[in-house]
Amino acid sequence: MDEVIVVEGLRKRYANGVQALDGLSFRVKRGEIFGLLGPNGAGKSTTVRILATLTLPDSGTARIAGFDVVRQPQQVRRQIGYVAQASGVDRWLTGRENLLLQARLERLPAREARQRADELLTWLGLADAADRIVNTYSGGMRRRLDIAIGLIHRPAVVFLDEPTTGLDPEARAALWQILLQLRAAQSISILLTTHYLDEADRLCDRLAIVDHGRVVAEGTPEELKAELQGDRVTLEVGREQTAMARSVLTGLPEVLTVIVDGPAVIARVPHGASALPVLVTTLERAGITVQTAAVHRPSLDDVYLHHTGRRFEDEREAPEMLAGAGTKGW
Amino acid sequence: MSWFLWDTWQLTWRQILRTLRLPIWIAVSLVQPIIWLGLYGQLFRRIVELPGFQTTSYITFLTPGVMIMTAFFGGGWAGMSMIDDHDQGVLSRLLATPASRGAIIAARVLHTALTVLIQSGLILALGLILGARFHGGALGLISVMLIAALLASGIGALSCGVGLLARREETLIAVMNFLSMPLTFLSTAFIAAPLMPRWIRALARINPVNWAVEAARGAALGTDSGMVLTRLALLAVFTIVCCLLATLAFRRYQRAL
Repeated sequence: MDEVIVVEGLRKRYANGVQALDGLSFRVKRGEIFGLLGPNGAGKSTTVRILATLTLPDSGTARIAGFDVVRQPQQVRRQIGYVAQASGVDRWLTGRENLLLQARLERLPAREARQRADELLTWLGLADAADRIVNTYSGGMRRRLDIAIGLIHRPAVVFLDEPTTGLDPEARAALWQILLQLRAAQSISILLTTHYLDEADRLCDRLAIVDHGRVVAEGTPEELKAELQGDRVTLEVGREQTAMARSVLTGLPEVLTVIVDGPAVIARVPHGASALPVLVTTLERAGITVQTAAVHRPSLDDVYLHHTGRRFEDEREAPEMLAGAGTKGW
Repeated sequence: MSWFLWDTWQLTWRQILRTLRLPIWIAVSLVQPIIWLGLYGQLFRRIVELPGFQTTSYITFLTPGVMIMTAFFGGGWAGMSMIDDHDQGVLSRLLATPASRGAIIAARVLHTALTVLIQSGLILALGLILGARFHGGALGLISVMLIAALLASGIGALSCGVGLLARREETLIAVMNFLSMPLTFLSTAFIAAPLMPRWIRALARINPVNWAVEAARGAALGTDSGMVLTRLALLAVFTIVCCLLATLAFRRYQRAL
């Protein structure tokens, strides 16, 4: 069996009326890092919580290593490691105590638990801090401890929900290295959610772009980018001129599509370098001054824009609409 | 079942480690009992001259009451750590493991009982220092501590249930404040039953805190073992019902996620 995670048509609506998932499907192969990329509120955390048996879907199915998350939750729990956004470590225990508690709850024999804890603490650079209480750890150290907790019982799949959110660049780079090492070992599948495009691009073997609770595109980062033929030429012309610039450019044979983005127009063209002078000349001839011009290879941001009609960065600050963890009742 | 016990012990050990990291809380929780025994007990020393007390020393009368009152508070705050675990994501982490769900509640109840056992032992010692004298013997005094732990278990389970449903510290504090004073004053913790107004005596009869106070005092003084046993039975039923309610609350919590 080559597919470790099979998700089909998951739907979930929270009591507050938020439709978190709206027919979400994807498959993860053994040994790969699979990314769920999307803005806050897209349904990434809800998906992970359903796969980790913490939340029930309204409909749809999900299987982990062949076990159904709704009907066989206990078997699923033996296969998974879960690293949530909220860390879940006990701040008043030491790193080692946290790890050993987890190992015992995962029913590891005592000897193996101790060995495995030592091994992970050393690998993750926490050996010196192992016997200090977690409250004294930095954000990056805490995150590495979270990863160790998720890996202690050698699960088939580990879920990392926004693993680098809130980390400083240095800690983030260190965590990337750890994940790349894990990928190289190929013994574990990783489902990673992120709202960082560079993270998805750099770490994931394959990824799904999630928007409004649905997968809008799926593939390797290269495939997704290749789907968008051509390059992106950004021409800054000033806000008053964008509408006119757009209509001038739309007719050109070199140009596939044109959209307006703030004070600039963005033209998608098969060959950016050769099209750039043509576009600039055409605009100048129409009386439009080009202030700056730039050519970009397609990025995941363009892929996102292409599939959702919105720019990714605009969504960054959207409030998390996640029900569940962190919510308050009456 | 064996996994339930294993998981309960592992999670209780976690709570014990936490308590050992911050042992100051055990001391802080003893400030109130010290005031009750040391100040209140002295202030109302001559109250036992009224008819109806089974003893001639108010400290002797008061000590079991203060032990039970402290147990009640100790149990009442158990839900705070549940809310903290929810906020910190600890509950989600535990629920994603094969760990027994019942053990997550049971460990907290067991830890509360153990903490209260230690606290009530210290209060008992304080009472003895201040001049309390009991005729129930060592068995009687151990029984008092176990009765305190039993009440704390029930209240602790209830507090966890409220914590899981409310998921807000403010709500739990409000519920506790709303219950603690009335339930303490509607009991014989401070005054003998014959001296109470009739309506309070009637309410005290259905008050679990009063069952614990009467059972504890009876055991300490070595009087009326029949009364002690019936109160104990009532208290056991109360604790079991509380644990069931906490389990239901936990199910509801899991469904709400």
